[in-house]
Amino acid sequence: MLEELSELDKKIIKALQEDFPLCAEPYKILAQRVGISEEEFLQRVKELVGEKKIRKMGAVLRHREVGFNANALCAWQVPPDKLDAIAQVMSSHAAVSHCYDRTPVPNWNYNLYTMIHAKTREECEKIIGELLNLTGVTNYKILYTKKEWKKTGMKYFCE
Amino acid sequence: MKRLSTFDKALLNLLQGDIPICSHPFAEMASRLGTDEDTVLARVRELKAAGFLRRIGTFFDSNRLGYQGTLIALKVKPSAICAVAEAVNRYPGATHNYEREGAYNLWFTLLTPGADYESKILAEIRSLHGVEDMLKLKANKKYKINVQFKLK
Repeated sequence: MLEELSELDKKIIKALQEDFPLCAEPYKILAQRVGISEEEFLQRVKELVGEKKIRKMGAVLRHREVGFNANALCAWQVPPDKLDAIAQVMSSHAAVSHCYDRTPVPNWNYNLYTMIHAKTREECEKIIGELLNLTGVTNYKILYTKKEWKKTGMKYFCE
Repeated sequence: MKRLSTFDKALLNLLQGDIPICSHPFAEMASRLGTDEDTVLARVRELKAAGFLRRIGTFFDSNRLGYQGTLIALKVKPSAICAVAEAVNRYPGATHNYEREGAYNLWFTLLTPGADYESKILAEIRSLHGVEDMLKLKANKKYKINVQFKLK
């Protein structure tokens, strides 16, 4: 199971989850906030990547600003024995940013969820058509985003 | 869409991937782009100020830090949607909250360090005025998380 994170790790994670300093030596600044050397900080960050606790160091764009205006959560009803294979196919599509399987509930019998990003609704529906052709899924719901109320990074270890 | 130069697009594509974990990450990016550290830093700051970048930093695997994630769908009376959306936003673990078309019109993800936290928060939200139904969709396997928009 999950090993307990050390207090130092939690401090490092808390420093990393704030905005990345946009200066020549950003890790040195973060290391100073934690109270360790830059060398030790960099070493531990590399280890956290190796342990897959860090998914990526990088940026996320405001996708509407760069022209992606049709964004939909798609809920798919997939035969359980084909779930894994179909999820792999959907994940390999470049327009799919997230693909999770979720336990269905009464009145909502969808077990696979993808986020699809496109510039227009026509393009989004074309992508969905491609996914239907590739997977043979027939029952699905397209849930277009109407309004973004919140999108933030998580602040861990602040409970 | 605002105008982005070829250099901007190359920079944004690189920035979305992996920021190098080394003493001078922007200098390393600059050498890949055929320019210098100061140019890269100045342009990243400008692109951030202009609103192209939502966040630059570290993205964690929440499960591996001991957190669980659930997608919640609410059926909210249209007249109450604003108040309910704002109430949901106040929970730090509600990281994504979207109004969507359809009978279930408010969808959010909730990250919590345990089932007890989650149940308590969801009971509070379920009892908000205007919330008519709630679906809890627990994530099993994450096949893909890769929010990258390749700019051409």
